[in-house]
Amino acid sequence: MAVDITLSVNGVPYPLTVDPHASLLHTVRGDVGLTGSKEGCDDSECGACMMLVDGRPVNACSYLAVQADGSDVTTVEGLSDGETLAPLQEAFLTRGGVQCGFCTPGMLVSATALLDRTPNPSEDEIRTAVSGNLCRCTGYDGIVKAIAAVAAERAAQG
Amino acid sequence: MSTATSMTTSASSRTYVEARDVASAVAAMSAGARPIAGGTDLVVGARHGKAPLPAALVGIHRIPGLSDVAATDGGGLRIGALVTHATLVADPAVLAAYPGLADASAIVGSHATRANGTLGGNVMNSSPAMDTGAPLLCHGGVAVLVGPAGERRVALADLWTGPGRSTAAPDELLVAVELDGPPADGASGSSYVRLQYRRQMEIAIVGAGAVVTLGADGTVTDAKVAITALAPVIHRVAEAEAALVGTDGGFEAARAAGAAAAAAARPISDVRGSADYRRAMAAVITRRAVLTAVRRARGESVPVPASDTTFGS
Ligand SMILES: Cc1cc2nc3c(=O)[nH]c(=O)nc-3n(C[C@H](O)[C@H](O)[C@H](O)COP(=O)(O)OP(=O)(O)OC[C@H]3O[C@@H](n4cnc5c(N)ncnc54)[C@H](O)[C@@H]3O)c2cc1C
Ligand code: FES
Ligand code: FES
Repeated sequence: MAVDITLSVNGVPYPLTVDPHASLLHTVRGDVGLTGSKEGCDDSECGACMMLVDGRPVNACSYLAVQADGSDVTTVEGLSDGETLAPLQEAFLTRGGVQCGFCTPGMLVSATALLDRTPNPSEDEIRTAVSGNLCRCTGYDGIVKAIAAVAAERAAQG
Repeated sequence: MSTATSMTTSASSRTYVEARDVASAVAAMSAGARPIAGGTDLVVGARHGKAPLPAALVGIHRIPGLSDVAATDGGGLRIGALVTHATLVADPAVLAAYPGLADASAIVGSHATRANGTLGGNVMNSSPAMDTGAPLLCHGGVAVLVGPAGERRVALADLWTGPGRSTAAPDELLVAVELDGPPADGASGSSYVRLQYRRQMEIAIVGAGAVVTLGADGTVTDAKVAITALAPVIHRVAEAEAALVGTDGGFEAARAAGAAAAAAARPISDVRGSADYRRAMAAVITRRAVLTAVRRARGESVPVPASDTTFGS
């Protein structure tokens, strides 16, 4: 039996009717139409689908859309301010954090969750936070440096 | 596969309700619904084909009152079933008196797994490899279950009966796990260490938890040791505990406890390790867990998670 839910995605409410077993990822990509979040493994291993649900990092491929009813969902599309990229997005571009880009939406969301909770992370804390996000291209170094650079910029700004 | 038809449920037969409170969750479970908290076991297990996602689900993730960590009248700790691993790792009371539990929660999955996965889901999954089991057993963990007939309390040692099996009825909701307080006399330390091939996104190949209490002269007055991924259930090892009491908690005592744990182990061989390897590592990992608990009991700081410590021995 389909269930009526409301998802607030990047601040916009979407009333939806979903299958109880539908994942948050398929619902946001298919029903809401925001395809920034990717499906790599559909199994909680790769992190390409990462979204924030009420501020928590969530593997959306393995999270039921019905459980997010009434929650605030943030996807990679919600990180920028219109055409103005978020500092993390800029840093990924300038510091070699992006190659093919498939892992990037999940990486950015994961890094956002980290910096929300731990504004000044050590390199170890950064590597721990993105350990559930697999990247086959960059070797992670540019990603880790980009996240550290944004944290350092924020600390400098006070 | 002959089970193909049972692996899926037709869309029209699927139902989902969200429980407002414990009573409505138990009512839905009595009518056949399966509780879902963080979903990090249930949904992912269905993806793996371990078991299909049950047709009838009741969301318990927003039930009020089950997300608290609070002191009990008896000086122990009551942890609500919906407390997440992320919360446990940051909780001051857990870090102060139950660091072995923090050692365990800190290495569950990724930060997304820890932000959503609950203690209740970890316990009720009854996995012999789950990480919080050994520290919970060492701290005297008791499951508080609520069913249609009311509340009952079951020691965790009597809850788990095999991989994925427990003595809880399908209509019993775990509402909390209660832990003993530290003994009034002496100084206690606890730890959990797992053998892992990588630091995150790993499953224990072998694990061990320990709680050690030292008297004023540094002699071990009380010890609890439990082993993980070494038998169909996580369990305490009385011989390892006996090998520690009355000693100085030094290397030789810890080695004797490790040997006792290896002797008690009944490991399986699988893709992650052979039974022989697991038994050999049971001795090493138990020794490390004991030595870490002793160091913490002596007031030395060993960072959480202890599994990341570079052990000299
Ligand atoms: C990528 C990944 C890595 C992981 N790594 C680890 C790891 O390193 N160590 C580890 O121990 N685990 C690990 N897990 C397993 C899982 O994350 C944990 O067991 C977690 O604590 C489960 O909690 P949950 O709330 O998500 O459970 P759910 O999936 O919601 O539920 C699990 C089971 O318990 C039942 N249940 C849940 N809550 C209750 C309740 N209150 N009363 C009665 N029954 C209940 C459900 O019906 C279901 O059968 C991992 C999972 C993933 C996806
Ligand atoms: S698609 Fe969700 S973790 Fe890989
Ligand atoms: S940039 Fe290609 S997977 Fe990360």
